[in-house]
Amino acid sequence: MEATDDFPRRHLGSGPAQITAMLSQLGVSSLEDLIDAVVPESIRLRSPLQAPAALGEREAVRRLREMMAGNALQRCFLGQGFARSVMPAVIQRNVLENPGWYTAYTPYQAEIAQGRLEMLLNFQTLATSLTGLEVANASLLDEGTAAAEAMHMALGTHPGGQTFLVSNTCYGQTIDVLRTRAEPLGLRVAVMDHANPAWEEWEKPFGLLVQYPAEDGAVHDFGPVMDEGARRGLTRVVAADPLALVLLRPPAEFGAEIVVGSMQRFGLPLGMGGPHAAFLACSDAWKRRIPGRLVGVSRDSAGRPAFRLALQTREQHIRRDKATSNICTSQVLLAVLAAAYAMYHGAEGLRRIAGRIHAMANSLAESMKGLPWVESVQAPGFDTVVAGVAANRRDAVLGRAEERGMLLHARDDGRIGVTLDEAAREEDLRDLVWVFGGEPEAVRPLGQEEGFSPIHRRTAPLLEEAVFHRYQTETEMMRYLRRLEGRDLTLNVSMIPLGSCTMKLNAASEMLALSWPEVMEMHPFAPASQIQGYLRLFADLEKWLAEITGFDAVSLQPNAGSQGEYAGLLAIRGFHRARGEERRNVCLIPASAHGTNPASAVMAGFRVMPVACDREGNIDAGDLAAKAEAHAAELAALMVTYPSTHGVFEEGIRDLCAVIHEHGGQVYLDGANMNAQVGLCRPADYGADVCHLNLHKTFCIPHGGGGPGVGPIAVRAHLAPYLPGHRRFGGEQATGAVCSAPWGSASILTISWTYIAMMGAEGLRAATKLAILNANYVARRLDPYFPVLYRGERGWVAHECIVDLRPFRESSGIEVEDVAKRLMDYGYHSPTMSWPAPGTLMIEPTESESKEELDRFCEAMIAIHGEIMEVASGAADRKDNLLKRAPHTAEVLCAEVWDRPYSRERAAFPLRWVRENKFWPAVGRIDNVHGDRRLICTCEGMSAYTAEAEEER
Amino acid sequence: MSECPENLSYRDSHEWIEREKDVAAVGITDHAQGELGDLVYIELPAVGRLVEAGEAVAVVESVKAASDIYAPVSGEVAEVNEELESDPGLVNREPYKRGWLFRLRVREAAESAELLDAAAYRASIGE
Repeated sequence: MEATDDFPRRHLGSGPAQITAMLSQLGVSSLEDLIDAVVPESIRLRSPLQAPAALGEREAVRRLREMMAGNALQRCFLGQGFARSVMPAVIQRNVLENPGWYTAYTPYQAEIAQGRLEMLLNFQTLATSLTGLEVANASLLDEGTAAAEAMHMALGTHPGGQTFLVSNTCYGQTIDVLRTRAEPLGLRVAVMDHANPAWEEWEKPFGLLVQYPAEDGAVHDFGPVMDEGARRGLTRVVAADPLALVLLRPPAEFGAEIVVGSMQRFGLPLGMGGPHAAFLACSDAWKRRIPGRLVGVSRDSAGRPAFRLALQTREQHIRRDKATSNICTSQVLLAVLAAAYAMYHGAEGLRRIAGRIHAMANSLAESMKGLPWVESVQAPGFDTVVAGVAANRRDAVLGRAEERGMLLHARDDGRIGVTLDEAAREEDLRDLVWVFGGEPEAVRPLGQEEGFSPIHRRTAPLLEEAVFHRYQTETEMMRYLRRLEGRDLTLNVSMIPLGSCTMKLNAASEMLALSWPEVMEMHPFAPASQIQGYLRLFADLEKWLAEITGFDAVSLQPNAGSQGEYAGLLAIRGFHRARGEERRNVCLIPASAHGTNPASAVMAGFRVMPVACDREGNIDAGDLAAKAEAHAAELAALMVTYPSTHGVFEEGIRDLCAVIHEHGGQVYLDGANMNAQVGLCRPADYGADVCHLNLHKTFCIPHGGGGPGVGPIAVRAHLAPYLPGHRRFGGEQATGAVCSAPWGSASILTISWTYIAMMGAEGLRAATKLAILNANYVARRLDPYFPVLYRGERGWVAHECIVDLRPFRESSGIEVEDVAKRLMDYGYHSPTMSWPAPGTLMIEPTESESKEELDRFCEAMIAIHGEIMEVASGAADRKDNLLKRAPHTAEVLCAEVWDRPYSRERAAFPLRWVRENKFWPAVGRIDNVHGDRRLICTCEGMSAYTAEAEEER
Repeated sequence: MSECPENLSYRDSHEWIEREKDVAAVGITDHAQGELGDLVYIELPAVGRLVEAGEAVAVVESVKAASDIYAPVSGEVAEVNEELESDPGLVNREPYKRGWLFRLRVREAAESAELLDAAAYRASIGE
């Protein structure tokens, strides 16, 4: 008997009747005919995908739960940069499990993103307060990549630098990521004894990194090595545990210029390795070199303080191959969660949590001293006790731990590590003492004494800003979170038609596993026997993604699309080098490519060579062939996006790939537009060698307001040996790790698993077809008002369309930005602005939006066209009009004085249906220039900005 | 139409340099500042740095773009305009006067011959 909760009809915005209506508007008789006209015959996949039949929602969730029951929930004391933490339920329910937070996009449209921007500013303030530094960014992907970003910053100020010094007490996975990132750039990572550095041995050192507390839990005095580093002109970087910094002296006080770390311990679940938010804080001198996103304070059109992303032009979008980093997606949702955790507990609460952990560690260390099996006990710097046990007792200790369901760190040096954490209980101490051969009663009582020398004790103030005091009752926190949520336009308000971002439904069933302990409480270094559920999940997903792309092998490790690009290029590089073709280092990239492409290529050690595009936005095949031939000896790769970044299925893709292969190169396919391909064509079939997928686009992982992302790569068999490695996989690895965790952001892979399981092969194909229909329907409706710029040979677009607004600049002075801001008054988030072509909007409706919603969006655009025409005809003023002064806040509209030449009603309720779902922008148009000239990136209490704004008025 | 003083030499990448001076000021053209829009930050080279003609030596940032500034001739950076740190908008308001970026102690005057005069630069920007 069939299930009654079949999912595709819930995921797909339109059913047969609406589909027929849209097709008839397009003058096409069937969806199949449309697809035949859109997707070139030469690349079509004519057989069904080999994926299991669709499961009903309940059944898919049941099977996932059954599978994840194969994970063994343990009391985990493994440490190594990952420790259990407790997410307060008020934060779990109101943020993590709330589409009003997790479905948001990156906050580029700041006026309708003030909620998460405020939270990110809180996150930045948290990182600066803990570290003692002046500036922090709004999160990075993980601790290892954050350390690598710091290495790049250091190199940027030391042209010609060759060696990056890393203390041998840094986490192994961090050293591995640094090595991966250093090697293609010809840099060396030298692992040193920070207490006894061999300065004379190193060729042109440019920076150094130490771990605080160290990997074995010790807290060292880094003063001497930092002072000597400073004297030698090196950039000093500290990787720190932010929870330890609550008690320990901030690294800025002993000379750190940059501090990185993971905020995982601020309420984020282990999640088998991720996603977590990393931070990077630096001294003021470095602020304009900081990678990733930085939230700053500016002012709006009414002079009120308003938040925005600052220094955007430093990102790869604009700097391309000159960018210093390819980071694009960060970890916004996780940063929001961590900031909320810190606010809920405040400085005092954090001191209690950290103090309790430290006291438990001290108590355990004291209790272990003198136990007959224990030969040595290293006093914990903060949370980790490392014990030497008699060689003939080691197995007994580990066996007892297993018996009690406890995971300890069996170290390479033979000792055993125990990392205490927020979730640890007093019973655990009794069991641990027993595990090490003692009587449970031998536990010495919890002492709150800090146990480290005064030079390590924190005396600096912590989190004194008002936001870290105000929201410490559940009622206040619940309302604060709701208030911020209400300022952000997310998918639970209306369609977010961002081109190339695929803002499709993130279904509730797909999110359920993120609340299960057997998914969220797993440590990435837990033994294989205890993560069987996860291993089955990875195997399923690898198999399905390989089938969908046509490739042979998949790596799930890259934790963002840009990381996937980087990992894919490293695979190509590894392949060429293994064949003795080191000279192959030219990477051809079309001028239309996304900015992360050239940035990733440079990081992977390639020389970027742009390929021209024709007026239709297609790759200039002649130019490509000429360049491939001219550089045949050095040709490494072509990076190409398909369908093109102009939203068109290029007919010649097969030939373009063939040309590259003829000259010995490999084809890297950017999978950003995979939503136009699933089930209809496959990158491997038309000639690609590797592609990355954005699971946060095509496979339903929510954007989280700007992260997490997941960017797995799929490769042909010949590249499989060069997929990212990781120390936990063991064996010889041709390519190093690109992330800290072996399977990257493993926990959220459950989302994509559930999506594919509920859609089945047929559902996935139906989704792609509908995504293409929706895009062509919107293109057809808008074309008379905003001409569609690019089409395929038969006149159709793929899954998105680019409309031209350039003529209006001349006729009315109206620019793309004005239309984007005016859309907010209608309750919509703007499509992608001015990318890939300036003066345009790129609209991607996805399959999840109903025809009714597409019609409302089109009506809004058409009405805006009417407003532009009023300006063009002179009926409305060129400066003082509905568009230039958008968006309109309730405060402005309700003010005593209204002196604008248009009515308040037209400003707020331009169409009748807007009344039913009015979204009020929290602030008016934000002044970007002001914000970038006077960078303020921490919350000094809003009163400070308000006073300044008053003054300037 | 943007302004292009006759007494200056130009690069087609929109820098200007004072002609026939041992220590010559360098800046960006009126056309360039107009295209970039309001400048928000300017990264200047270290005084004493030796630069080759065509080498990227500074970065100007607006909210729309971050652009490299190339040395029009080879030489040594003799001075940088410190006023720009607090007021990058000077480049927008007075691109040829108080908005200069840095001064180069010119190594080989001959190179200047490869630069454009005002008329040629105007032609290169289609004016």
